[in-house]
This record gives sequence, structure tokens and C-alpha cells, in this order.
Amino acid sequence: MIIAEHISKIFNDIKAVDDISFEVKEGETMVLLGTSGCGKTTTLKMLNRLIDASGGSISIDGKNIFDQQPEILRRTIGYVSQSNGLFPHYSVEENVSVVPKLLKWDKSKTRNRAQELLEQLKLPLEEFGHKYPDELSGGQQQRVAIARALISNPPVLLMDEPFGALDPITRAGVRKEFLELPELKQKTIVLVTHDVQEAFELGDHICLMDKGKIVQAGNAKDLILKPANAFARNFFDHQRLFLELSALTFQDILNIADADSAFQNNADNASLPEISAKASLWAGMEILSASSKDALIVRNDTLNISKIYTTSSIQEAYRILKQHN
Amino acid sequence: MEVQQSLWEFMAQQSDKLLSQTLAHIGLTCISLLIAVVIGLPLGIWIAQRNKAAWLVLGIAGVLQTIPSIALLGFMIPLLGIGALPAITALFLYALLPIIRNTYTGIRGVNPAVTESARGMGMSRWQVLFNVELPLAMPVILAGIRTATVINVGVATLAAYIAAGGLGEFIFGGIALNNSNMILAGAIPAALLAIFFDLLLSLVQKANVRKMRKVSLVLPILLLLLSSFYIFPYADAKMLGGFTPEFMGREDGYLGLKSKYQLNMPTVVISDAVMYKAAYEKKIDVISGYSTDGRLKAYNLITLEDDKSIFPPYYASPLVRKDVLTKYPELEAAINLLSGKINDSIMTDLNYRVDYLKQSPEKVAQDFILANDLYKKSKNGNKGVIRLGSKIFAEQYILINIYKALIEGNTELKVETKTGLGGTKICFDALTNNEIDMYPEYTGTGLLVILKPTKNDLAALSGSREKVFNYVQKGFDEQYNLQWLKPIGFNNAYALMMRKEQAQSLNIRTITDLKDYVSTDNHRH
Repeated sequence: MIIAEHISKIFNDIKAVDDISFEVKEGETMVLLGTSGCGKTTTLKMLNRLIDASGGSISIDGKNIFDQQPEILRRTIGYVSQSNGLFPHYSVEENVSVVPKLLKWDKSKTRNRAQELLEQLKLPLEEFGHKYPDELSGGQQQRVAIARALISNPPVLLMDEPFGALDPITRAGVRKEFLELPELKQKTIVLVTHDVQEAFELGDHICLMDKGKIVQAGNAKDLILKPANAFARNFFDHQRLFLELSALTFQDILNIADADSAFQNNADNASLPEISAKASLWAGMEILSASSKDALIVRNDTLNISKIYTTSSIQEAYRILKQHN
Repeated sequence: MEVQQSLWEFMAQQSDKLLSQTLAHIGLTCISLLIAVVIGLPLGIWIAQRNKAAWLVLGIAGVLQTIPSIALLGFMIPLLGIGALPAITALFLYALLPIIRNTYTGIRGVNPAVTESARGMGMSRWQVLFNVELPLAMPVILAGIRTATVINVGVATLAAYIAAGGLGEFIFGGIALNNSNMILAGAIPAALLAIFFDLLLSLVQKANVRKMRKVSLVLPILLLLLSSFYIFPYADAKMLGGFTPEFMGREDGYLGLKSKYQLNMPTVVISDAVMYKAAYEKKIDVISGYSTDGRLKAYNLITLEDDKSIFPPYYASPLVRKDVLTKYPELEAAINLLSGKINDSIMTDLNYRVDYLKQSPEKVAQDFILANDLYKKSKNGNKGVIRLGSKIFAEQYILINIYKALIEGNTELKVETKTGLGGTKICFDALTNNEIDMYPEYTGTGLLVILKPTKNDLAALSGSREKVFNYVQKGFDEQYNLQWLKPIGFNNAYALMMRKEQAQSLNIRTITDLKDYVSTDNHRH
């Protein structure tokens, strides 16, 4: 758990971060979102004291970070820097073993842990351990960087535009793996990005920042549907429809509308594609556009109900929902 | 092929000297390089984080780099004297810029994401420096060391001018003695050394960035090892001779001292330009000076009597291309106006005014012409151009300025001067290659450096002024189509010189006295 209270950073009389407070709960992923120069990276680096705050207090798991020596503090916090930051003169195994070496782990412990972690990331140590970063693809490099940050099993992980250097396709792939990685499920993560889609996909909680201040904090749905001010509204304008459909799940429209009765009682229903109610409307529409069928079944396993939707019924429900907001 | 063979012969014959010079050369290069690395590397690292200091440090090192190497050595002499210390200091200053600059550039060039992630993982500043920044900057740093090494191998040849040894001894000796084999025996190993070090370091530099950790360990050890080659050319003798490269290789010089006088004393090779002052400052005790040198007077030195007459007469005469004399017959008369006008003491005085009183050679020449009623207003003629050359010392500058005035005042010819043609070989080659028309030469030099007579012929001349003059006049006429005109009058022969008070206190008047003192001194060891 991270608690930041009234933190600021002043560079040469310019307030890069201006009196902001936030809290990241245990196991939660918080995304700092904003344009370049908004103070999001500075905020992140203040958490592991790569940049020392000019004012305010920060505690991680109840301990004041300013009471600890910066190097010692950083060894307990996972850190993935912009454009991976792997050491080009270290092999994959050496790269991954940097923090254990600093923590003076014995060699076999380090090796076992590296093996376990790289296995999870589909980079088996036997095959990749002796390779050097320039022999890996961008996606593989990024996974090594993540393994390096996770190896000492830190409860907190800080990531600065971790997927920034990757092309859009690789990026989507690595992000998907990232979401599915069991290691990350219980971690408290702070992630910086300027990519709205990434923020929506990864963040439980998003802080939208501008000029050193948090403009709005909340989950994706709050941000897109209830903008706090003009900046927040404009920030999402260029891909609003997509973002709204990504932010809303079938859960949100389950009680608003569904397909016409003609579809409900169709004999072919058994062969329709299925989707979880937790999925976004966008995911549903993508399945429909790729499928030969006109409708899909949405299932809510906890309530044990299922409903059928067509493209037009999703649109109708979305329209009604927006009017209500 | 013949040149090749005799070069090999020369190198084989001089292999002892060649080896010791080469080792001294490597040693000089490596010691200075090592010091430059020890100081430049931390400095480069330090300024990599500080923009203002970087600007200042790189600026100063850059200025040092632009000082011509011979001038830098010159600056060192008043500060540090002669020998190894000033040579190493000068070489060190030359090596500094490439090392500082490349360290700075190399460290600044390390991807900031890499150093930041290193810090982000909890590495301390020193750990980041030694585990990340230095290994990644190493190829660039090595490129700087490589540049510095090649520069130093070249500049180290100049160390021979200030008694610090190295392959320059052969090179400058060879130039002074008109001995191509000797030049090549110094120049070829120096060039090979430069190529070898360059190649070696280029291999190291191109080695994979991953092996840099090993490289950064091996290199300092190697440097240290090579530095130990430098055996200081100073013996801790009571009497130290400092002789010019030319004197060291001449029969009427050091070789004659050894064979005729059995004089065996520790010596260093030193440039004529700093020799007198070094003797005055007691860095060396015996020097090979010229008997009309103005500094003799300035530094209170005395000449030792050549009681076995090994130094032949060196009467100065204008040496002229015969085709020029035929083309402009009036030239000879104008030049001969100076004949017999300058004796030893007048020449010493003229030299003293230039060397010590720092008057310009032009002014001294002008004063002399006026005082001797030789002055005629320049006719500003345009009948033709006579090109006068001179070696690089005051006496020659004065003489050609006098000749210029005489020729322009008495004929319709114009004079162009080409001063600073180095030693005998350069002047003589310029003359035979029709790049100059005349220069003042000394009979003894013409005899021993150019004509190189057999021992029997030499014995027959027996140091006689007239016989030597006639011999060289005939020889140059027949072999090179060059004319020796009438001697000017003074005899600028070689002479051994010592500080007056030291010579008097040791009661040394002749070279034999010196030999006796030195050999008893040696027995004591």
C-alpha cells in the first residue's frame, strides 16, 4: 500500500508536481495518465526516490520512505524504466540477477528464482539465459525487464512507460501477457503511461494529470463518462467512442436492453458465440464483426443469467445508458 | 636494394642502441600515457556530471593540444630542465585531451534509461559507475587512449632534443649527419611502433562490449609493464656529457673523442637549442658547442683545448650552385665582398647579440654592414631572384641577412631568403635539388658530412685550413657542380665546453685533462 500526501517537486522554480495526494491499495494497479510534461514520471520517481520530493510525505506499507537510505529502499521496490533499460553488456541471466546480487542472495537461490520467473515469461533460462539484450526481440527484452523488476519478489512495482518502445502489435501482446502473469496479481503497481487504451486496460484506478496536478482520479468508467472538467473531457475526445465502449461492460447494460424477442427465441441460439458479462462492449462488438452470426450470448456466471445481444441492441443500450448519465 | 642492405647492416651494427632507444621510446610513451589515463580518466568522469567544469577542463586541455610539440618541450625546459621529467610532462599533456574528452563523451553517451534503471534497482553511485557507465563507455574511452598513444609515439621522437632518449636520437642524428640509414633506423621503428599500438588498441576497442570488463583490467597492467621499459638515460655520474645528435655520430665528434682520447663518459643526446643553457644550469657538465657561439659568452662557458686536434677546421664559406654563378656573373663579386671581414671574435660577438641580447639577425646584420662601410642602398633590381638558404641557428641567419644586403645593394638581383632549413642534410639537399641557390656552409662539414673521405685521405689533410678548403672545393665541383666561394674568415669549429668555474676548480684545460678526470672518477665506482 502506497500513501502519498501533498507531495510536490519544484525544479528551478517550476512546479513539476504540485501538491498531489493519492493512495494505492494493496494489489491494486494505479495508472498515472497524462501528456508529456504533466508530472506523471516525476511523481513515479519520487516513490522510489530517484527524484526526492520537495515537500509532502510518502509511505510504502506503513514505512516512511524518507527514513530509508535511497539505495536500500530501491532494492525493495521493483522498477521498470522507460524503454526497458536493460544492461547491454550483461546477459539475460546477469541482467535478471542484478538485484539479488545487490541483496547478496546466494547463487543457487538466484538461479532458481530466475529460472522460475523466466519460465513464466516464456523465456526459459536454458535457452535465453546466456543471450544478450541485442539478441532478443523488443517484446522479449521487455519481458526480461519485467522479470528483472520482479525477481526479488518486491510487493511494490513501479513502471515508467514500460511498453513505450514497442510497436503497437507487440505492445498489445506483451500487455496481454502482463495482465495474465500470476506474479503480478497480488502486486501493488504504479504505472505511468500516455496511452489511454493502456491505462484503461491495465488500471484499476487512474489518475489523470495535467500541469503537475491530478485533474481527476477514478476508474475508467468514471473518467470517460463523468469528466471532472473540460480538460478531462477533451483528453479523451479523439477516441471517445472507442474508449466509452471499452470502459463499459455488458454488466452495465444487462438491465437496460437486450435483443429483440425475435432473436431471443431463435432455434440457432446454441451455436452463437459467448462472452462474459465482465467483457467490454467493444470486445463484444469485435466478436460480432468477426463472426458470421448476428448475435452473441452474454453470460453472467455469478448471477447465472445469460442474455442475447445484436450490434444494434448493444448500440441501443449504450445510447440509453449515456442519456441516463 | 643496396640501400636496404646497408640499412640492415646499420641496424644490425647498432642493434644495442636501437634496442635501448626503442625500449626508451616505448617507455616514454607508456609512462606518459599511464599518467594521462590515471589523471584524465577520473577528470573525464568528474566533468561528465558538471557542465561548467567540463567546458573549462576541455577548453584548457584543448589549448594545450594546439601548442606545437617542439614549443611545448621548449616551455618545459625553464620549468623542469632537461631529461625525462619535462619530456614525460609534455607527452602527458598531449595525451590528456583525447583521454579526458573521450571519457567525457563516452560516459555522456551511455543511454540514460540504462543508468536510470541501474539506480532504480538500488545500485549506489559507484556501482553504477563501475558496473554500468565505465564498461559501456569503454569503447569510446579506448578510442581516446588509442589516439593519445599514436600522438605520443610520434611526439616522443622529439624527446631526443631534451636529453630524454628515444628513437629521435637516430632520426635527428641522421638528419644532422646526412645519414639516411640512421634516419630510417629511427623512423621505421617509430612508425612501426605507432602502427603496432594503433592496431593493438583497435582490436581491443572493437572487442565486444561484453568483454570490456576484462579489457579494463588488462590494459592498465600492460601499460604499467611497458612503462617499466624506460630506463632513465641519466647515470648518476659526476660528469655528464650532453651532445647534439649530430656530434654523437661524427668521427670528428663523439666517435673521435672515444677513439683518439679514449674519453668514456656517460652522455645524453640533447638539442643544440637548449644545450648551453642546460650546461649553465648544471644539468649537464660537458657540451659539444661551436667555438663562435654567442652563448659561450652569455653563459660563462669556456672551450677545452683540442690537444690531439680531432676537430677539423670549420671555415664558413658561401656554397653556391655553379649554374647560378654562370647565369649572373656579377653575383660572385658581391658575395666575395664579405670575404675576410669576420674573424672568430667578431662572429662570437654578432652571435652573442642575437642569442643573448635578443637583437634581430636583420638588425645585427645591418649594423655590421654599416660599421664596415659595406652599405649600399638596395637597387630594387628585377634581373632575377637569388634564393638564400640557412640552417636554423643565429650565425646563419646573420650571414644570409648580410648577403642579402650585399647582393641587393651591388647587383640588379633580388634576394629571397629561406631560413630554418634544419641541418646540413636539409640545406644541402635543397641546394642540389635547385630549391635554393646558396647557403653558408663550413669546410669541415662539407668534408665529413657530405664528401666522407677515406681515413687515408683524411689523414693527408691533417686539419690544415688550406688543404681542407681545396679538397672540398674540388670535390663539390666534381661531384655536385657546386662552388665554394672565398671563406668569410672565422673558424666555427666544434669544441668541448664546460662551465668556467667547474673547469677551473677541477683544473681541466684540455680534453686530455677531462679524460683523466673522468677515468679516475670512473675507477672509484
